[in-house]
Amino acid sequence: MALFDISVAPAARRPIGDRRDRAVQAIWASAILLAVMAVASLTVGASGTSLFGALLDWAGGQGIGLRERVILFDIRAPRMLMGVLVGASLAVSGAVMQGLFRNPLADPGLVGVSAGAGLGAILAIVLGGLLPASIAAITGMYTVPVAAFLGGWLTTMLLYKVATRGGRTSVAVMLLAGIAVGALSGALSGVLVYMADDAQLRDLTFWGLGSLAGATWGKLAVAGPLIGLSLCATPFLAKGLNGLTLGEATAQHLGIRVQRMKNIAILTVAGATGAAVAVSGGIGFVGIVIPHLLRLLIGPDHRFLLPASALLGGSLLLLADMISRTIIAPAELPIGIVTATLGGPFFLYILLRNRGILDM
Amino acid sequence: MIDVQDISVSIAGTQILNQLSFRAGAGQVTSIVGPNGSGKTTLLKAITGELPYHGAIAFDGADIRSYSSTALAARRAVLPQAAALSFPFTVFEVVRLGLLSGLHGQSDDLPARALAHVGLAGFEGRFYHALSGGEQQRCQLARVLVQVWEPIRDGKSSWLLLDEPVSALDIGHQLEVMKIARDFADRGGSVIAVMHDLNLTAMFSNSVALLAKGRMVTQGRPIDVLTNSHLSAAYRCDVRVNEAPAAIHCLPYLLPHMASVRRAAE
Repeated sequence: MALFDISVAPAARRPIGDRRDRAVQAIWASAILLAVMAVASLTVGASGTSLFGALLDWAGGQGIGLRERVILFDIRAPRMLMGVLVGASLAVSGAVMQGLFRNPLADPGLVGVSAGAGLGAILAIVLGGLLPASIAAITGMYTVPVAAFLGGWLTTMLLYKVATRGGRTSVAVMLLAGIAVGALSGALSGVLVYMADDAQLRDLTFWGLGSLAGATWGKLAVAGPLIGLSLCATPFLAKGLNGLTLGEATAQHLGIRVQRMKNIAILTVAGATGAAVAVSGGIGFVGIVIPHLLRLLIGPDHRFLLPASALLGGSLLLLADMISRTIIAPAELPIGIVTATLGGPFFLYILLRNRGILDM
Repeated sequence: MIDVQDISVSIAGTQILNQLSFRAGAGQVTSIVGPNGSGKTTLLKAITGELPYHGAIAFDGADIRSYSSTALAARRAVLPQAAALSFPFTVFEVVRLGLLSGLHGQSDDLPARALAHVGLAGFEGRFYHALSGGEQQRCQLARVLVQVWEPIRDGKSSWLLLDEPVSALDIGHQLEVMKIARDFADRGGSVIAVMHDLNLTAMFSNSVALLAKGRMVTQGRPIDVLTNSHLSAAYRCDVRVNEAPAAIHCLPYLLPHMASVRRAAE
């Protein structure tokens, strides 16, 4: 079975209004863009040496210098892979949330999943020092990522419990509960920030704005499987999310097992968002901008929207990371600032240009 | 055959249906009529599985709750009263969603045929939300038709459950849509339609169920149900059934015949 059912029959005479050919082309284009961005992300940076030549040498089987090897494979490769995974998980989580909530403005940020993950991270940063030495020794550098993931996970489970009665999840209740949980997380975070010392405040600010700077093979080994597993679940959601655009009742009438589909969607978003926030902090706008842009290009069919979002989300985050690494080199700008600066105006622009399509 | 036995439905503590029984036979158009708030849509939603109920609903002899959603989707399609889309789909893409039930594989010509059937040929590339209310209603009907394209499948009748299918339509399109329903039943399919227009109900139904205040007033042939006394009591106003010049109570028997004559002429 193909992971995504995008193997459409040859376009003999595709009916008007059928955007599947364009969708397949967009997926290919996004894949090529991601490959280009990945190579660029490995070779562009503040090191001052030409790494592209070194990369070519390495690909050709020739030996390369220790310095190039360290920069390419110990610093940039994990960071590049992390960027791809985080970008893909943010964009796909946004697309799944929007489909699930039947609202083009839904986002993990909206239902409090990111806020819960953030609270976990802040707790770990501010109170991590209070952990008994024996536990701290075990958790080590993973304290913040693990706490963020647990925060996101617990928030999702709490929301889900609040919103589910008799086996049915009310999207409206979940949305409202998400706002409440988000506000509560914000308040608790505020108290913790007030308690924090100067060094912790710096950590908090940097973490809050988001960065891929901490990417290591170790962190990748923690976050990668979780994000990968979540992304692998999304093909099974595409059909159900398509049916859900007509409403839950109609989706059910079309033979979709709506409740099971919602369960998978919520777990997927919790896993992908929790892991992404854990390793990279609060990176905004990817989950809103990418699915929006793709819907305008290829339409809202989730069989194409989800893989295209993953590929384009990864590309966008690599581009933003390259900008954040180089624009004030050798210092680094938090990547959240770059995505918000790129994403905010761009989002306004697509809203203004497409009010006709979106106003429904 | 859908057989509803003594069902009661409460929504938020208010009893909407009270010990109501209802039958719809295969190969027939069965209409549900009654004043606002009499429970017509609630009855349909109990049958579609959207609302929990006390009592029993049997579908071809087995409890309807014993069918899986996939098995039900293969047998019946539901046209809701209002259908807002959350994302900008084209008309083609909306109608194609009817194929999600997986019955007809990827047959790409079905949406266009269904659209032509409901008078929306050439609308494939338009955006759904840019259509008028009546066009949206017919577009949704095309989607529903795509889901159960064959009136008889594997020897069993397919069902169309329509909630006010003509409420947003002009009289020309009202007739067109009712003819589609009639034609579906004439070819072996089955239709349950919640209706407001009693004239259309009389013209196109084999059986009419008259509801009032959550109870069944009576169910039977249009000529027996749509009478001055039943309608006046149910609708709480003076209703006179006009038997001349159209002699509407004859029409249910004449019309299928006339329709087949017309088809033969075409």
